[in-house]
Amino acid sequence: MNTIRRRTLARSAALAGIVSLGLTACGSGDAGSGTEAPSSADAEQSMEAALEKGGELTAWAWDPNMQEIVDSFEEEYPNVTVNLSNVGTGTDEYTSLQNAIAAGDGIPDVAVLEYYALPQFALGGALADLTPYGAADLDGTFSPGTWESVQQGGKIVGLPQNSGPMAMFYNKAVFDAHGIEVPTTWDEYYEAAKTLHEADPNAYITSDNGDPGFVESMIWQAGGRPYSVDGTDVSIDFSDEGSQKFATQWQKMIDEGLLSSVNGWTDEWFQGLGDGTIASLVTGAWMPTNLESGAAAASGDWRVAPMPQWEDGESVTSENGGGAMSVMEASENKELAYAFAHYVEVGPGTQVHLDKGNFPATLAELNSDEFLNKEVEYFGGQKINEVLSQSATDVAPGWQFLPYQPYANSIFPDTAGKAYIDASTTLADGLQSWQDASVKYGNQQGFSVNK
Amino acid sequence: MTMASVSTGRGSVAPAVRRSRRRWTGWQFVGPFMVIFTLVFLAPIAYSIYISLFRTQLIGGTSFVGFDNYVTAFQDPQFWSGVSRVALLLLVQVPIMLGIALLVALAIDSGRLYGKSFFRISIFMPYAVPAVVAALMWGFMYGTRFGLIGNINDAFGTSIPDPISSGFVLAAIGNIVTWEFVGYNMLIFFAALRTVPHSLYEAAEIDGAGQWRIISAIKLPAIRGALVIATIFSIIGSFQLFNEPSILQSLSPNYITTYFTPNLYAYSLSFSGQQYNYAATIAIIMGVLTMLVAYVVQLRGMRKEV
Repeated sequence: MNTIRRRTLARSAALAGIVSLGLTACGSGDAGSGTEAPSSADAEQSMEAALEKGGELTAWAWDPNMQEIVDSFEEEYPNVTVNLSNVGTGTDEYTSLQNAIAAGDGIPDVAVLEYYALPQFALGGALADLTPYGAADLDGTFSPGTWESVQQGGKIVGLPQNSGPMAMFYNKAVFDAHGIEVPTTWDEYYEAAKTLHEADPNAYITSDNGDPGFVESMIWQAGGRPYSVDGTDVSIDFSDEGSQKFATQWQKMIDEGLLSSVNGWTDEWFQGLGDGTIASLVTGAWMPTNLESGAAAASGDWRVAPMPQWEDGESVTSENGGGAMSVMEASENKELAYAFAHYVEVGPGTQVHLDKGNFPATLAELNSDEFLNKEVEYFGGQKINEVLSQSATDVAPGWQFLPYQPYANSIFPDTAGKAYIDASTTLADGLQSWQDASVKYGNQQGFSVNK
Repeated sequence: MTMASVSTGRGSVAPAVRRSRRRWTGWQFVGPFMVIFTLVFLAPIAYSIYISLFRTQLIGGTSFVGFDNYVTAFQDPQFWSGVSRVALLLLVQVPIMLGIALLVALAIDSGRLYGKSFFRISIFMPYAVPAVVAALMWGFMYGTRFGLIGNINDAFGTSIPDPISSGFVLAAIGNIVTWEFVGYNMLIFFAALRTVPHSLYEAAEIDGAGQWRIISAIKLPAIRGALVIATIFSIIGSFQLFNEPSILQSLSPNYITTYFTPNLYAYSLSFSGQQYNYAATIAIIMGVLTMLVAYVVQLRGMRKEV
């Protein structure tokens, strides 16, 4: 269900502000950071010209840091006025955007969209190709996973803002108390889950009620590529090896009652993360700020480890969440819009994001010593960004989302969700019925799905 | 009727000019109402019917499809599962709710209750709580970990499952709705009971009737109209069930599906699926269905009254 991921981002965004108070050490605020991006002189020049000429831009974003970036942008380029508005988080914004596009009126110049929603808008032709404005020169500026996500149909449809490479967050105090080694493979994870739950019937290795974003990330890591999209030709196939590998492994966890049924992002969930009854989370790199604020009770107990692997000794990861800033095709001043997006995602805006604890998408930040060496008190002084940054570079290539992923995710609980509550439905069956429903919707919407 | 016959009567005598002017005067009085009525009642319905005849696709745009959406809806198992779910709620929850409301209204009206106005206010109070808040509140109470259910389980060593994360989800929602609307229905019944002339009770007492006899022979027949009205409101309310499942969905997504009730289905179709046309179709079918059921109830109720 997409609301889970949507809330994920809302939370991480909303909480980032609070948490940043404790992380002042990392902000050296040099406005020049990020300009080392290889940018051809022409593009640079036309961007400067557009900024000098000025104009008015409308930007849609729900990230609370954006206002600060806009303020400093307007200060630096007084001729430009940016009207920032928050029209809702995730799906709410996409609905408004879809409506504005349908009406042909009230479309913003730039908008922040999550990666999984990009294909939907790109396919409808709503997003401008940024190549003519110099975006192609940014190849190598962003982590490979995020850069791949903004390439849609041969176009560059956005500049990555943040990313969520997967990692395992675990409560070391709980693991130690029961003598559990940090699992490095999914089989070890399963064994750890059993050991923990046998030792303490109230404790679970993790909670999962069925989250489409998690399922996608797991299948992605396992090598499954259930979605493939070529224009309007779409294929959905959850019977591929990677998907089945995940379904089989996770079925054991469900069958043996090793997963807590507490819903993600509820008070109960944070309580569980704080009191050790939910002992680990495999999720995106944006999680730390949420743990710090939501599960403050367990400060010092949590650690970050690489995502467990399907094969021993591998290091393959996937992404979960994150988004990019796109320029709308309907914008009347795309050059200026791109210049603004560039400022936010490649220029000085990146430092603000970083200071607020967002996980960056730019390699310069990901590889900077300041970032990598930051010792986070909540994680017992561990340099967690070393693990998270490594994960960002290990993201497996080739994943695609459906051009109507937000809707597909919203019907996950109706279909695959049954597998989590009904012993007679297996996860493989659930994925199959999710596939059927997604195929049906796609064909109704004029795509050619599995034909 | 009388107005019309009078005007035709005079019209036959008066010149044609006067007749047309008089007609115009009538429209001037009705006009402002008709404009508002058309804008806020008729136009949205007409527009819904209009868009239900089209289909908009992400690929291919909008095309006229006639009654295709209606054909699809009648064959849509998800839609009908939602309809049967609210129908079940209607059959079970509405009688319970109205029964409790009637009992309370009779008790308060009996004059034998101490703290009459206290009970009246406190039973009505839940209706003043916004449905969204009520659903959230019950959602917390139903929690097995920190909620009321959790406390009961701890205190008595029972293992009652979380009602909204189990097969009892519909009963749990029915319970919330009952809690919210007993007071409202009670007030309708109570107001109707207050209009019964006291002389009837005195006459009944003189005739030697007991309280039960007074209730069955005087009070219930006197408020039959109110009972029918309350039933019709409840039918409409059940068919439109939306707030409670929509709020609780985030606590229990696997049990409360996106097509849990017809309204929720229409909402999901239009806001996460961009299927505005089909959502309008669902809304129109539900509107007609609700009107039919309410009409049948009204016919039956009124016939009995005569």
